[in-house]
Amino acid sequence: MNIHEYQAKELLRRYGVAVPQGRVAWTAEEAVEAARTLPGPVYVVKSQIHAGGRGAGRFAHDPDGKGGVRVVKSLDAVREAAAAMIGKVLVTKQTGPAGRTVSRVYVEEGCDIARELYLSLLVDRATGRVTIIASTEGGMEIEEVAAKHPEKILKAAVDPASGISGFHARKLAFGLGLSGKQVAAFTRFVLAMYRAFIELDCAIVEVNPLVVTGAGEVLALDAKVSFDDNALFRHPDLSDLRDEAEMDEKEIEAARYDLNYVALDGEIGCMVNGAGLAMATMDIIKLYGSSPANFLDVGGGASQEKVTAAFKIITTDPKVKAILVNIFGGIMKCDIIARGVVAAAKELDLKVPLVVRLEGTNVDLGKRILTESGLAIIAADNLADAAEKVVRAVKGNA
Amino acid sequence: MAILVDANTRVMTQGFTGAQGTFHAEQGIAYGSTYVGGVTPGKGGTTHLNLPVFDTVADCARATGANASVIYVPPPFAADAILEAIDAEIPLIVCITEGIPVLDMVKVKRVLGSSKSRLVGPNCPGVITPDACKIGIMPGHIHRRGSVGIVSRSGTLTYEAVAQTSAAGLGQSTCVGIGGDPVKGMDFVDVLELFLKDEETKSIIMIGEIGGPSEIEGAEFLRRENFGPGKPNKPVVGFIAGATAPPGRRMGHAGAVISGGADTAEVKMEAMRSAGIHVADSPAALGSTMVRALAR
Repeated sequence: MNIHEYQAKELLRRYGVAVPQGRVAWTAEEAVEAARTLPGPVYVVKSQIHAGGRGAGRFAHDPDGKGGVRVVKSLDAVREAAAAMIGKVLVTKQTGPAGRTVSRVYVEEGCDIARELYLSLLVDRATGRVTIIASTEGGMEIEEVAAKHPEKILKAAVDPASGISGFHARKLAFGLGLSGKQVAAFTRFVLAMYRAFIELDCAIVEVNPLVVTGAGEVLALDAKVSFDDNALFRHPDLSDLRDEAEMDEKEIEAARYDLNYVALDGEIGCMVNGAGLAMATMDIIKLYGSSPANFLDVGGGASQEKVTAAFKIITTDPKVKAILVNIFGGIMKCDIIARGVVAAAKELDLKVPLVVRLEGTNVDLGKRILTESGLAIIAADNLADAAEKVVRAVKGNA
Repeated sequence: MAILVDANTRVMTQGFTGAQGTFHAEQGIAYGSTYVGGVTPGKGGTTHLNLPVFDTVADCARATGANASVIYVPPPFAADAILEAIDAEIPLIVCITEGIPVLDMVKVKRVLGSSKSRLVGPNCPGVITPDACKIGIMPGHIHRRGSVGIVSRSGTLTYEAVAQTSAAGLGQSTCVGIGGDPVKGMDFVDVLELFLKDEETKSIIMIGEIGGPSEIEGAEFLRRENFGPGKPNKPVVGFIAGATAPPGRRMGHAGAVISGGADTAEVKMEAMRSAGIHVADSPAALGSTMVRALAR
C-alpha cells in the first residue's frame, strides 16, 4: 500500500526522522494559511499524487507551464501555485499519459541545500535482510543509477538478530563523503528511519533526495513510504491513509475481494490461478499475436463468490473483446471455478467470447458444470490450445 | 532415489485440524504418502483423520517419528509455526501458507541459516516424488514417476511442466515448488544441487519469473557444476514468466526493487541460454523442448 508524501513525512517525523516543516492544504486559501505557519521567506508547494517525477511533470491543461513542485517566495505566490495545481491533472513519467488529479498540495519550508543524496530501506531478496541503500546521486532515479553507475550504490545489510547498529550508518556516511557533525546527524537519521521501517512493516522507505543543508543538518526533502500488504493486519490504523482516488477502480474492487488484479492495455481479459501461470498466460497471449487486458490471479482457496467478482471486474473493462479463463487447480478446485464462471456469465449476459481451460483438482466435475450450463463456452484442452482459441475469437470479432 | 522426499518420509501437518490442513492431508494420504499425525495447539490428545493430534511440534515428532512437516497455518501465525518446526529440528519443513509478512520471513531465514532444517516455501505448492510421497497442494493425479526433476517459483506453472512431461512419457523424479515470496527457504541453487547428485533425475526443468537474482544464480551454478567435461551434463530446460509484464507493477509475486534492470525476463533467459540451458519460448512448450533437448 502506497501513501502520499505528506503522510509519509508525518509518520517519519513521529519516529524522529528529520523532515522540513510543512502542512497539507486542500484549497489555495488553506495553502496560504499553511505557509503563514512556516518561517519563510522561501516556500515549496508540492502536488500530492502517488507517483514520482512530479517536479519534471507538467499539468495537462498547461503543458508548457511549470511543474508539479514549485519553489516560491511570497504568500501570494503560494496561493497562485496551489491554485494552479489543485483540481488539475498532473502528468509525470510515472503516471502514464492519463495523469493523476491533484486533490491536495503540501506546503513546506524552503531549505538551504548543500548536497543532495539518496537513501532507502528495503528487504533485499538476495540476502533476505533489511538493507540500507545510499548513493551520492540524490534526485536521480535509483534504478538508472544502478544500471549506469553500480559503483555509486552503497549498501549495508542489517542482521535481524542484532538489529541496526551505529556502524551501519557510519559506514554509509563516510562512503558518502560526510564529515564532522554531518556524520552524527546522518546516523541519527538512519537509525530513526530503520525503526520506522521495522515498526510499521514497510516494504520500502525511500528518501530522494536526502539533503545536507549548509548548516550541516540532514533532512528528508522527499519521502516515499510503501507498506507490506501482508502485514497490514498488524496496523489497522494505517488503513486510514489509503487514498482510493489514486487506485484504478477495478483494482479497488479487486482488493475488496482479495483478488490480485492489475489493469493493462490489451484486449483479452484473463482469469488465472497463480501469479506465475497468470504472467505466463499473458506471455502466451502475446506470443499468439494479441495482448492481455489485465493480470488477474484469483489465488488459492477462492470461493464461488470471489470467482464471480473476478469475472465481473474483467467484464466491466470495455477494452475486453474476449475472455480466457485458465485454471490449473491444485488448492483451487475446478468445480468452484466452473460454478463461479457460470453464475457470473448468466448474471452479466456475457456478450464476448469465453474460452475456458480447466485442469487439475476436480477437473471432470468442473467440465461437466460448464457443459450442462448451456452457455456458449469454448472449451480448450491445454494452454496452447486455449491461447490459440481466444486469440482467434478476438481476431474473428475484429 | 529422488530428492527431499520418498517412500520413507513420515509427514506431520501443522494446522492439521483446519480446513486446508484437513483437505490436503486427506489428499496426501489418498495418494499413498505416509502421514503420521499433526499439531493444533490446544487439541493435543484428540485424533483427526484417524491420526494423533499434538499440542506441539516436538511432541508430535517424538511420538510419531515424523521427519517432515507441512504447514497450513494462517499467515499471522505461520512464521511462528516454521520457527517451532526449526526448534524441533524437523529435517524438512514445507510451508504452503501465502501472505506471510516479509519481516517475519527475514527472522525465519536468519534462524534457518544455523539450523538442522531445510525449508521449502512459503507460498509454494510443496514437494512431490510421484508414487511415493506428496506433501502440499498439487493435484497428485497429473504426476508420473519418471526422470525429470522440476523446480519452480510458481505453483501452477509447475503443474504445467508436470502435465507436459507426463504427456511426453518422461515423468518426474521429484517436483519442488520453491514459492514466490521474496524471502524464502530453498532457492534454485539448493534444489539444483540435489538434482545433479540424484541418479534418478536425468534431466531438469527450471521455471522462474521476473524479479530477483535467483534464476541467474541458478543458471551460473549449472554452468559451473553441470555443463562441461567430467560434469553430469544433465539436459536442462528453462522458462521465465513475465516477459510481457509492464515494468514497475507488482504481479502478485514481489519483484526486486533495485536491480538496475538485471532481473527482466529477457536478461534471465539470456543468462540461461548462455549457461547451456534450453529456454522454452512458450509455457506450453516445456515438455516438447525437453523431448528435443533429450534427443540431441
